[in-house]
Amino acid sequence: MIPSGIKVALPYHLRNLAGVGMEIEIEVPPPVTQRALIDAIEARYPMLRGTIRDPATGLRRPFLRFFACGLDYSHDPPDAILPPEVVAGRETFLVVGAIAGG
Amino acid sequence: MSSVRVLVGTRKGAFILESDGKRENWSVSGPHFAGWEIYHMKASPVAPNRIYASQCSGWFGQMIQRSDDGGKTWSAVGNTFAYDGVPGTHQWYDGTPHPWEFKRVWHIEPSLTDPDEALAGVEDAAIFRTTDGGQSWTELSGLRGHGSGPQWQPGAGGMCLHTIVRDPSDPKRVYIAISAAGAFRTDDGGVTWKPINRGLVSQYIPDPNAEVGHCVHRIALHPSRPQTLFMQKHWDVMRSDDAGDNWREVSGNLPTDFGFVIDVHAHEPETIYVVPIKNDSEHFPPDGQLRVYRSRTGGGEWEALGNGLPERDCYVNVLREAMAVDSLDQCGVYFGTTGGQVYATRDAGDRWFPIVRDLPAVLSVEVQTLA
Repeated sequence: MIPSGIKVALPYHLRNLAGVGMEIEIEVPPPVTQRALIDAIEARYPMLRGTIRDPATGLRRPFLRFFACGLDYSHDPPDAILPPEVVAGRETFLVVGAIAGG
Repeated sequence: MSSVRVLVGTRKGAFILESDGKRENWSVSGPHFAGWEIYHMKASPVAPNRIYASQCSGWFGQMIQRSDDGGKTWSAVGNTFAYDGVPGTHQWYDGTPHPWEFKRVWHIEPSLTDPDEALAGVEDAAIFRTTDGGQSWTELSGLRGHGSGPQWQPGAGGMCLHTIVRDPSDPKRVYIAISAAGAFRTDDGGVTWKPINRGLVSQYIPDPNAEVGHCVHRIALHPSRPQTLFMQKHWDVMRSDDAGDNWREVSGNLPTDFGFVIDVHAHEPETIYVVPIKNDSEHFPPDGQLRVYRSRTGGGEWEALGNGLPERDCYVNVLREAMAVDSLDQCGVYFGTTGGQVYATRDAGDRWFPIVRDLPAVLSVEVQTLA
């Protein structure tokens, strides 16, 4: 199978850190899982290592969420396959920072 | 002509303040890393344009940034701080065992001789070392592995290793301080560590004279007298003349001996500075008057310095990393407040002026005197 071009939207601070625009496109070899996608993001943008997942636990940072296709995939297992629309590049995988007031 | 560069870490980014040796006109660059907490920035003394910065966020974790051009451009370097072996536990606030968890880097202390080498003090308390300019970090686990480790407990700000002081006469000797475990010293380059808290008395722990458990806020020394240490403890200003083996109180006539910062004049080893804070429940200056106190006798006798500082209605704090000195002939002293002001003096404290007034809350101030 050919690698997928996954569209990912990063939160403001991570876009600044990586020096990218609103959306990036990442090639991910199948199977396209949450873990494989974040591995690919970190490989292409090393400055983002540890910003989405805690490097000690490998778990999603608690103040970040993963949304796609109108659904919350934050609590899916890291090795679950991402939705076909995301894998096909028709829908964007959103990495969203929790809002905070004050 | 000499110049001065002031590195200011704040709750919402980093700022770099620069002036020529007159220290009258200042440029302000920043915010760098806007929106991120910058706990500390410090430059290599042997490569002054190399600056390390600790950048962190409750959302995105810890980053380490490095500049090799004096802060004009930055590159992210290694941000993996993995505890050596099985981390074990320390005491939680309720006294129960709690696993060590990395949270952030409080302090980066570059080597005095090698720009690629630096130490990092982190929360939960541990010390890490890089020898490749920050690309990778290795724990000096003899500190955390000290037999007292399971007794260490966080202060209200977390269990942080916030102070790292190198002995300029002995590259293998380093002093560190942890809230709230106390002060420690290594004499073998970080392999083994010993607590150096004899003489500290802390009423907020079950045994006020315990070997560990003291909330040390800051330690400073003068390079010409590396055996003499000055400490601002949670309460009490302390002094040691034997490299921390024994401490005695030098709070003297201070209006309150609670505070966070302490520093030493660049050319007068017995001239020291503190900023008294009302108490441990009200972290602001007594009577709403911001005052630096100076002792020219190595403690004991203190004079209030307020010329140019707020006379009334001032309720800011000055955090433990937020004071530094330059080494120009007329020593400059600099400190930042949680109200976003950075104050400076060109005459060792007789008169003060604000360099900037409206930054985010200041977490740290470091000063470089450049040739």
